[in-house]
Amino acid sequence: MADKPRIKLPKEAKKGEIIQIKTLVSHLMESGQRKDAQGKPIPRKIINKFTCEFNGKPVFSCVLEPAISANPYIQFDARIDEEGTFKFAWTDDDGSVVTAEEKIALKA
Amino acid sequence: MSIRYGSLAVLATAALTLSAIAVFGQEAERKGIPAPPGHVFKTIISGYQFRTKETRALQDDDLENPGFLAVERAADMWKTVDGGEGKSCMSCHGEAETTMKGVGAAMPKWSEKLNKPVNLEQQINICRTDHMKAPPWAFKSKELTDMTTFVRFQSRGMPVAVKTDGPMSPWFEKGKEIYYTRVGQLDLACASCHEKNNGKFMRADFLSQGQTNGFPTYRLRDQRLIPLHERFEGCMFDVRGVPYKPLSDEFLALELYVAWRGIGLPVETPSVRN
Amino acid sequence: MGAINRRQAFLLGGGFVALTVMPMAANAEPSNDAAEMIKKFTGGKEAAKGKITLDLPEIAENGNTVPLALSVESPMTADNYVKEVLFVADGNPNAGVATLMFTPLSGKAEASIRIRLAQTQNVIAVAKMSDGSLFTERKTVKVTIGGCGG
Repeated sequence: MADKPRIKLPKEAKKGEIIQIKTLVSHLMESGQRKDAQGKPIPRKIINKFTCEFNGKPVFSCVLEPAISANPYIQFDARIDEEGTFKFAWTDDDGSVVTAEEKIALKA
Repeated sequence: MSIRYGSLAVLATAALTLSAIAVFGQEAERKGIPAPPGHVFKTIISGYQFRTKETRALQDDDLENPGFLAVERAADMWKTVDGGEGKSCMSCHGEAETTMKGVGAAMPKWSEKLNKPVNLEQQINICRTDHMKAPPWAFKSKELTDMTTFVRFQSRGMPVAVKTDGPMSPWFEKGKEIYYTRVGQLDLACASCHEKNNGKFMRADFLSQGQTNGFPTYRLRDQRLIPLHERFEGCMFDVRGVPYKPLSDEFLALELYVAWRGIGLPVETPSVRN
Repeated sequence: MGAINRRQAFLLGGGFVALTVMPMAANAEPSNDAAEMIKKFTGGKEAAKGKITLDLPEIAENGNTVPLALSVESPMTADNYVKEVLFVADGNPNAGVATLMFTPLSGKAEASIRIRLAQTQNVIAVAKMSDGSLFTERKTVKVTIGGCGG
């Protein structure tokens, strides 16, 4: 999962505004249900957790199962009360974590 | 083996039951472009129009479209030095956004040097071996499909504009011959599904005109980008034929001919299809 | 014989399904751990109908990528918000799909994901509110197999 996650959110918002956040990461989401050419099961390897924090406070998170499509797309909302930084994290079955940050400013 | 062939008759019957009654409600809004005089279709229609609203929505938003993961990977690769000459794509071509505009819409294109047409995958590998002194990328490799997608994407919205005259004309004729030749145990030609029966169901599958303007395309079935010759292979496999090899002269001729069948359609790469 | 590869398996399965009635198993008894997962999530308490809107296609173009959008009615204030939403699919090899966790900072209890459905089945959502109350909603998605889309 070396690719940069794709994230879309506005650069600024009014105080109290609810914004939409779209995220997409590259991942096979190997379900553990498939078999290789020799008939051996291919072990499960998925992103099992996604979290989003704003200025250190939890906004939204989810636990994912193998029934999530490859290249997981997650869309959710956030209420903006102050300017600050979103932190996003995707956790792989192998323990690796891909992170990303996005800033948002307050509209006058 | 016995299971496989025991059900062959059943399979063949099912596959040939091209149902005319079940048509998606979206037919009325299936928009196309008028075909030029002498074309096989009256209206040329992109595969986009044959897909459900949910699938179209995945293509409509560049953030939601997983094909853009490839575009972004290749945008980085475009600038990355590789091979003995110490060059990147950018060393010769500069910014892809300007220099590659329209290139993908006109492929396959005649190569004077090779005295045959080349497609985008082949041209990328010619650049790598001849100018970068880098090893060619294998067909279906992530790298080659990503770069092909990235270069084609620079023509997004531009009309498919292949040349079919001059030295290309015997290749065009060869492609046409392949298109209309029945192959495989199911005895189907490209035309059987995509010319005679588009807009109808074949078993659970809703048949399109088989246009190529969206390739490489993100297929929901495979959950990855599929290059055109892999799709050709898949079609031939599905009719239980022996597919030609990707990047073979046969598939190149077919690519040229099928591109002409969609002449004028806007390039949609990276599209999202079933 | 050698192992049947995936495509052959699809062809075999597809041929069979096309000759039988396609929309099937929608009301069949769940064959996986869906009921246990829901029970664990609710603690055995009954979940009421309502508050949840599920946006799923009636017929999925392809079971490998089915867009799912969720919306739960809630003011999403510090003392009244949606805490968690469990998604299960009762016809997949494993019922679990995802568990979404909201906070008052979410602003809205809305989310979109893309899921895999192995066959025609029910997708069930159970929402747990901050006061402990439970709501549920379900939708049947028809998944067709066969043809070139697989």
